[in-house]
Amino acid sequence: MGEFTVHRVRFFNYVPSGIRCVAYNNQSNRLAVSRTDGTVEIYNLSANYFQEKFFPGHESRATEALCWAKGQRLFSAGLNGEIIEYDLQALNIKYAMDAFGGPIWSMAASPHGSQLLVGCEDGSVKLFQITPDKIQFERNFDRQKSRILSLSWHPSGTHIAAGSIDYISVFDVKSGSAIHKMLVDRQFMGVSKRKCIIWGVAFLSDGTVISVDSAGKVQFWDSATGTLVKNHLIANADVQSIAVSDQEDSFVVGTAEGTVFHFQLVSVTSNSSEKQWVRTKPFQHHTHDVRAVAHSPTALISGGTDTHLVIRPLMEKVEVKNYDAALRKITFPHRRLISCSKKKQLLLFQFAHHLELWRLGSTVATGKNGDTLPLSKDADHLLHLKTKGPENIICSCISPCGSWIAYSTASRFFLYRLNYEHDNISLQRVSKMPAFLRSALQILFSEDSTKLFVASNQGSLHIIRLLEGSFKHLHTFQPQSGTVESMCLLAVSPDGNWLAASGTSAGVHVYNIKHLKLHCTVPAYNFPVTALAIAPNTNNLVIAHSDQQVFEYSIPGKQYTEWSRTIQKQGFHHLWLQRDTPITHISFHPKKPMHILLHDAYMFCIIDKSLPLPNDKTLLYNPLPPTNESDVIRRRTAHAFKISKIYKPLLFMDLLDERTLVAVERPLDDIIAQLPPPIKKKKFGT
Amino acid sequence: MVEEEGVRVVRCGGSELNFRRAVFSADSKYIFCVSGDFVKVYSTATEECVHILQGHRNLVTGIQLNPSNHLQLYSCSFDGTIKLWDYVDGILIKTFIVGHKLHALFAIARAEDSVFVTINKEKPDVFQLVSVKLPKSSSQEIEAKELSFVLDYINQSPKCIAFGHEGEYVAVVRDFYLSVYFFKKKKTSRFTLSSSRNKKRAKNNFTCVACHPKEDCIATGHKDGKIRLWRNFDDDKKYTYTCLHWHHDMVMDLAFSVTGTSLLSGGRESVLVEWRDAAEKNKEFLPRLGATIEHISVSPAGDLFCTSHSDNKIIVIHRNLEASAVIQGLVKDSNIFTGLMIDPRTKALVLNGKPGHLQFYSLQSDKQLYNLDIVQQEYINDYSLIQIELTKAAFGCYGNWLATVEQRQEKKTELEMQMKLWMYNKKTQGFVLNTKVNMPHEDHITALCFCNAEKSENPTLVTTSKDGHFKVWILTDDSDIYKKAVGWTCDFVGSYHKYQATNCCFSEDGSLLAVSFEEIVTIWDSETWELKCTFCQRAGKIRHLCFGRLTCSKYLLGATENGILCCWNLLSCALEWSAKLNVRVMEPDPNSENIAAVSRSSVGSDLFVFKPSEPRPLCIQKNISREEVQWGVFVPRDVPESFTSEAYQWLNRSQFYFLTKSQSLLTFSTKSPEEKLTPTSKQLLAEESLPNTPFYFILGKHRQQQHEKLNAALENELVQLPLTENIPAISELLHTPAHVLPSASFLCSMFVNSLLLSKESKSAEETPNDVDMEEEKESDDSDEENDFTEKVQDTDNTDLGEDIIHQLSKSEEKELRKFRKVDYSWITAL
Repeated sequence: MGEFTVHRVRFFNYVPSGIRCVAYNNQSNRLAVSRTDGTVEIYNLSANYFQEKFFPGHESRATEALCWAKGQRLFSAGLNGEIIEYDLQALNIKYAMDAFGGPIWSMAASPHGSQLLVGCEDGSVKLFQITPDKIQFERNFDRQKSRILSLSWHPSGTHIAAGSIDYISVFDVKSGSAIHKMLVDRQFMGVSKRKCIIWGVAFLSDGTVISVDSAGKVQFWDSATGTLVKNHLIANADVQSIAVSDQEDSFVVGTAEGTVFHFQLVSVTSNSSEKQWVRTKPFQHHTHDVRAVAHSPTALISGGTDTHLVIRPLMEKVEVKNYDAALRKITFPHRRLISCSKKKQLLLFQFAHHLELWRLGSTVATGKNGDTLPLSKDADHLLHLKTKGPENIICSCISPCGSWIAYSTASRFFLYRLNYEHDNISLQRVSKMPAFLRSALQILFSEDSTKLFVASNQGSLHIIRLLEGSFKHLHTFQPQSGTVESMCLLAVSPDGNWLAASGTSAGVHVYNIKHLKLHCTVPAYNFPVTALAIAPNTNNLVIAHSDQQVFEYSIPGKQYTEWSRTIQKQGFHHLWLQRDTPITHISFHPKKPMHILLHDAYMFCIIDKSLPLPNDKTLLYNPLPPTNESDVIRRRTAHAFKISKIYKPLLFMDLLDERTLVAVERPLDDIIAQLPPPIKKKKFGT
Repeated sequence: MVEEEGVRVVRCGGSELNFRRAVFSADSKYIFCVSGDFVKVYSTATEECVHILQGHRNLVTGIQLNPSNHLQLYSCSFDGTIKLWDYVDGILIKTFIVGHKLHALFAIARAEDSVFVTINKEKPDVFQLVSVKLPKSSSQEIEAKELSFVLDYINQSPKCIAFGHEGEYVAVVRDFYLSVYFFKKKKTSRFTLSSSRNKKRAKNNFTCVACHPKEDCIATGHKDGKIRLWRNFDDDKKYTYTCLHWHHDMVMDLAFSVTGTSLLSGGRESVLVEWRDAAEKNKEFLPRLGATIEHISVSPAGDLFCTSHSDNKIIVIHRNLEASAVIQGLVKDSNIFTGLMIDPRTKALVLNGKPGHLQFYSLQSDKQLYNLDIVQQEYINDYSLIQIELTKAAFGCYGNWLATVEQRQEKKTELEMQMKLWMYNKKTQGFVLNTKVNMPHEDHITALCFCNAEKSENPTLVTTSKDGHFKVWILTDDSDIYKKAVGWTCDFVGSYHKYQATNCCFSEDGSLLAVSFEEIVTIWDSETWELKCTFCQRAGKIRHLCFGRLTCSKYLLGATENGILCCWNLLSCALEWSAKLNVRVMEPDPNSENIAAVSRSSVGSDLFVFKPSEPRPLCIQKNISREEVQWGVFVPRDVPESFTSEAYQWLNRSQFYFLTKSQSLLTFSTKSPEEKLTPTSKQLLAEESLPNTPFYFILGKHRQQQHEKLNAALENELVQLPLTENIPAISELLHTPAHVLPSASFLCSMFVNSLLLSKESKSAEETPNDVDMEEEKESDDSDEENDFTEKVQDTDNTDLGEDIIHQLSKSEEKELRKFRKVDYSWITAL
């Protein structure tokens, strides 16, 4: 008989959408990623590649281009013909502006960041001026015959290269006229009837234009003469993306076969100044098309249809060989998509456009540790709730009693009341939501399901009392004066007295709900918060940060607890700090106050505060010692971190009651099975 | 004629041509390759061996052109010397004595007065790359002891060392790392790949290295078939590499073209891959090269490549990937099951060659004449496959017939076996399959032999097998209404008490057949297939069996596994004598009574040559080889030697060749066999450089006509098969013991016949004796006609020789030589 009975849930049929664009911002070391469903995610590369912010997608807004301009401003353009600027503080869309050129295929910000260039379906290249709060159309360049699929500025800002179908045009920015038209072979050495699509161009400061196309070529052109300089055939399928480093000494291309090739500018001989571009390493981290690549100073970043974001550090650029030099593969969002009603044993799954409510199965059998128990009752799909409108769901929550469901899209907030009559379930929408409840970034119910806490995107926190079938607005905590930062994470104490809220960068605020005032603010920390929870009884706030640090803060005492100070003094185990994925959920054992349960995508951990902390010499991932070992040995090897890696990738794990755990897994193979088939490649020996 | 020296064992040809990379001369006219203790110079156009540079006293391990004089060649050897040759004339210029065992040699243009060699010190596996300063001196032998150390702990193979462009750096690979030593900075960079213990189980071991001639780029080959192109390697951090992957197995060698635009690679796939612009997608192939590519080299002129193959072959390849010449030595990469045989027509040594092939190897010219595909199936190069193996072969009826046995056994019970009989076709000058017998026996065939008696009108073949039977196969008429044909059928099946038949042997006249059944020897009458008598010595299973010849034909010899050599007298049917001798090889000399036996002792192999009739051996050569001798054969001499010393008399008419376990072909000689080769090769060289003088136009025309006439005559003559033995039929009749003589009526016709023939053959035989040896050398004996029977060639020589002797006396020839030096090219312009 093991310590817990575990519900191993594998029916969360979640498939992340494919990555369409990747834009790297050198100033803030942030990465913007747009997906095929229109979602835009911001990753903070300095904060352990944590997904800080996200903008929910929209059915009609398929993003085709993404770029940073003027330092921190993020623009996207898509097939609906609109240019969108995002508000990175309030986490909403600042404005959308139609370019009036049909679907937009490409966009590029000028090297100085003051101008924005879009390439449209009708063959026009449009120049926009970026003003402090908007963009303004300036003029059209010479119109081309077919759509402009790729754009690149010369670093001086005087010329641009535009890739179209079968040719590349070079424009003079001043006059707006095309000065060269470079025709591209449809196929490498041979003829093909299929048109050659220029998927990407890059303009280097020496006047070289690099193009990648659908015939699998990487070509180097001299823009002064409009002639082909060098040709590399690298793939049998399309080469879909290119990104050049700032120093222009290396670039990266992604192919439809899932391979990413690195090209480097190396000197021909050690004592001559002559340099040449050489294809160096291929990386095969993707199974499907690599639609987007980015080149940070230290890493190659690629993403594609197989939904992974891969960050491959360049060994020669890494100063010290620490864990930063390791390959990162980000597949799942760093936020919670699952909420759980402990009382009714319900799980609410959040998808892009619908919610699913499931009742967990049950069993009467018992078995040894590690046994798989037969189900006496299968898991039940109770509810399939589709959203209204084209917008994606931002967040959702089910109340602990299981009778309320709330979710929010970018423009509307929905609250439903669930009624259970034996096996039947009826759903009733609570209408007439107040006007201020338009969009929420995070929703949380109190433990007794009487209160609803909503973090809205204006930075305010609303507290709503839920009554049978109706509600009452209790209070709104306005954001700290001067900040507009939105709160993304909420935690409420089980006794309902305290509410902790955290934004993307500033510290954690703790509010007293009884007195409806700000109680205290946890000292700010450099790394964003990934998970929050308040322990029962003690009211200790446990905070997990993206650098894998875990703090415990006593709310009544307004200070870090003794245990937290000890662990900060001693430091975490180096293997703990080297984990890839952030902690996304923290919970507590109702009967064992010394235990903290937390998990990331690849492990589940129980921290026993009563046991000694591990130092770097001890084994962190100790397999559970065999029971027949003497207690002495077990005590000697035991330390505070008990880690299980059985369930992975783990999207959610919580304690239903003292002896029951629920773990939601999403095996990668199941995701791959739902993706379109990759390009078939002959494998030798098969 | 020949002063007698001590007879010694010499390595006779057949040495590896693929031991090291071949080297091209600067004008791509010649190709040099190491071959045992010699360096051979071949012409790339004619595939002919032009010179043999001999002088080293041990294995030659490296050759390089002298970078400061491209008409000179450096060579290094295990004997600790570096020699400088003038390869055009084949003259040794200088010898530098280094003193260490030298494993590889590199000469680069930058270091004018020094070369690089690899030596090993102390430990057997630790090799060092050192530079040797070659002192300038006029003397022939110079001590070069000034060594300066460059790199330590390197791989022994020269494929793992490469010098970069203009000799600025040297790249060395071993196991999992690449070291680059920069001569200017005196700095070593080392790049390590993860070992095979990594996750992907990639075999990252380095196997070879090559440097780009123009750029800072190093290509390395790996065990898993990858080729890595390293760049920026002068920076320990910024170094980078590209992978090229086509080979599925180890990359055996790499070479850059002279301009560096393409990279050549080869391996076990037997495909030469040309990577153009070092791009993965831009590659060209030259497939079906026959065997694993061991080395690749590129001519300095850039127009030719060459690949050395594991089957001892060098292929010269044009820049456009077309094979232009093949230099094939003795194939050695398979097990020798067939033993050594002599093709009676070409006098070539015949043995297993490529898998499933018989090779015909000319001992005289040290090159392969041709390959006969026996198995006639595609060979799939895979270690795990069980291949069809050619296990037995025998020639019969003066080379008219060839019998071969091939077998494949996957499991104990599943034996696939085929016996094939090949007929010599005079028109195509090759063997044509005549009869194919599936499963001729139930079990392995242990021996087969033809009845080679002169009188036998019907070709007869006997096979013995482990299934306890021996079968007699005879040629019968297989004609039907469509065509006339002959085929082989089984005539008789014999057995003896269900013992396994292990050996068989016909007596010289073909009247008796001896078959050994384990410990028992049975004698059968070849007319009636009656069992005549049995011999049993209870001394272990019979391993070798042979009849005595000529005067000793009343004796039967048997060697057993227990180390007893028995000699039975067929007249008395009793044991004549026996000796304790652990015989490994027993071979009768076809031209004399002598029998050679090689015995194996703990220290080495000893040779005994004896006559069955005499109790004392003629010759004992102790310790002829350290290894076990596996096969031996007597090769009849073209021109008999005349050793007077009793100990060497056995070498007068035949030469004894033997093959050791490590497959080196050895023989006994008082002089090295290469000495005989040199005149012809010198002549070839002279002929090659012969300008078109007026004499050539006159003589050449005449000669051509002569050739045509001869060829026409030869075609008419081809049908007749004169006797090669020069012993008159009468003496033979008298020498033969009475009991083996056939009936008088039969003898009579044979006797008359032999008289008729002897008249004709005498004239043909005596003529070569008239021609002086020297003149024969001088004369233009056309080697191209090797394929004809020896007899025909002899007449050819004489005719031609006489003609030329008539026209060109010695003084005239001298005149001619003078004219050669004068340029007459203006005549052609007229």
